[in-house]
Amino acid sequence: MPGEPQVVEQPLGRSLTRASDKAVAHDARVVNAGDRIFYLTTRALACCVMALAFLLVADLFRGSWEAIRQFGLKFLIGTTWDPVARQFGTLPTIIGTLVKASIALLLAIPISIGSAVFISFYIPKRLRPVISYPIELLAGIPSIVFGLWGLFVMVPVIRFIQIWLKAHFGWFFLFDGPAVYGVGVLSGSVILAIMIIPIITAISRDILLTVPRAQIEAMLALGGTKWEAIWKVALPYARIGLVGAVILGLGRAIGETMAVTMVGGNSFDLVHSLFDPVHSMASQIASEFTEATYSLYVSSLIYVGLVLFGITIVISLLAQLLIWKLSKGKVAIFE
Amino acid sequence: MTSDPMPQISTHRSGLRYLRRKSIEWVACVGMLLCTGVTVFFLLTILGYVLYHGAASVDWEFLTALPVPAGESGGGIANALVGSAMVVALAALMAVPIGMGAAVFVNEFPGAGLGRFVRFLAEVLTGVPSIVVGLFAYALVVRPLGSFSGLAGSVAYAFIMIPIILISAHEAFRLVPVSLREASLALGVPKWRTILWVVLPVSSRALLTGVVLAVSRALGEAAPMLFTAFGNPFWNLNLRKPIATVPLLIYTYATGPYEDWHRKAWAASFVLLVFVLVTSVLTRAFLRGKADE
Repeated sequence: MPGEPQVVEQPLGRSLTRASDKAVAHDARVVNAGDRIFYLTTRALACCVMALAFLLVADLFRGSWEAIRQFGLKFLIGTTWDPVARQFGTLPTIIGTLVKASIALLLAIPISIGSAVFISFYIPKRLRPVISYPIELLAGIPSIVFGLWGLFVMVPVIRFIQIWLKAHFGWFFLFDGPAVYGVGVLSGSVILAIMIIPIITAISRDILLTVPRAQIEAMLALGGTKWEAIWKVALPYARIGLVGAVILGLGRAIGETMAVTMVGGNSFDLVHSLFDPVHSMASQIASEFTEATYSLYVSSLIYVGLVLFGITIVISLLAQLLIWKLSKGKVAIFE
Repeated sequence: MTSDPMPQISTHRSGLRYLRRKSIEWVACVGMLLCTGVTVFFLLTILGYVLYHGAASVDWEFLTALPVPAGESGGGIANALVGSAMVVALAALMAVPIGMGAAVFVNEFPGAGLGRFVRFLAEVLTGVPSIVVGLFAYALVVRPLGSFSGLAGSVAYAFIMIPIILISAHEAFRLVPVSLREASLALGVPKWRTILWVVLPVSSRALLTGVVLAVSRALGEAAPMLFTAFGNPFWNLNLRKPIATVPLLIYTYATGPYEDWHRKAWAASFVLLVFVLVTSVLTRAFLRGKADE
């Protein structure tokens, strides 16, 4: 007893948790063998996740190494994609991807933030699930189903609109295309918007619900209307998180594959107008990979995948950071 | 208080300013109602279209017969249904232990920074585009083995499922009260048995929900199957050979030139969508049941 006075000095609860953690982590003699084995097993499984992430990056680099050596960073600004001449550069697809995703975002932001505000503040709490649950269902529909619907239902409608726009506003560069296919930038953007609306809405709603009730009530008590309370209190409070939600939607839009492959038009040209059929990075990989006949071609497509991966990772990191900053971990980010 | 602030706040119900504010209020409200309406409208049209178009073509033969050559009537997608089930089942076998084990580590051994990093990594991994996951599985499995295979498809699906399972399991473990763990530990039960016999059973519903969510998410993914499972018009139960899966079959049929293929794409989408919707509604009811207890 006189030998170890330090045990008494520490607060009891603290020393308990600290000691058990440390014991499991470092000292095999103190705890029983079961704990030790269990700890090591789960630790190994956690390391598995890390290893997978590492393997993903390593494999992408290994797969694209031939193209990286051949073209270097010029790959990113090259505008020829010619499998016959063995020349590859991917600028038009990067631009195509970003253009489609940006237009989708422009369409989706007002609609999804509007829906989120409506669900969070205007609908009685009991009725909230009645509106928000279907929107969550929309987020669960597989992208291939969006693609199918887009191809057979939306594209004909868009084509009809395109013909009208071209006839009346054809002088405007955005509406000037060589031909009216229906599939193209506009269709791709609209289907992407439809796909990211539920994602942005669901996260924005969760974020808006973290706005302290007292702040909104204070604004109402000062005589503000409901809209003023939302516009001047709730939205500024939730601003960072909402930006995070939007960026997350952007990440999804950039990485989305099947629906865009089906309605995006898939042609390797620099985009000029809203009606141009244009590849995005994902659709280019999807439609050409199994037809790539020699290793530099395959390698170039994997390089496109690496670029796509890089862009989405940066965007996703940014989104996580912003959402986490606001909600302090209260909003779980996935579907 | 230097002066009385009251007159500055317009409370006159007939004032011009009040009218303006009130009309902005109405415009905003109607605008947001419209936004919600648009969102719900798209949901209903998409669901309606798939359910209406698809239901007409789904019959017993469609679910149990093999695909027939283009031009012949009849035929079904039985091989793709079985293929999808096999590929996803194998993926779940890989993903569930890794995802759950890692989640246990993240939540129950928080001392090391490793846990927090793994959780963070999982959230980043949910953002990886599915086509990139396909490339990964291609480089990891297809290339070394020299052929497209269901196994490669499983690896791709597992990669998609692991972060979803990990995050949902971690959230589930977090909700288990510390007092339960302490009660068990106080009785002299070792930590590993406390986790396996107390923490896991208590959170079992939420864990199951996470797995179902991951499975239904994977089932609908076509992009990672393009150059892993590849598709196959015949019966194949061998996971080391190319195998048909439902989402990829929808893609092939939808982009093909035949009217009959398009009809089958709708029907296959119907099957996929019904599965996704039913699991979603069921898991929700399941979780609701827990809240009532």
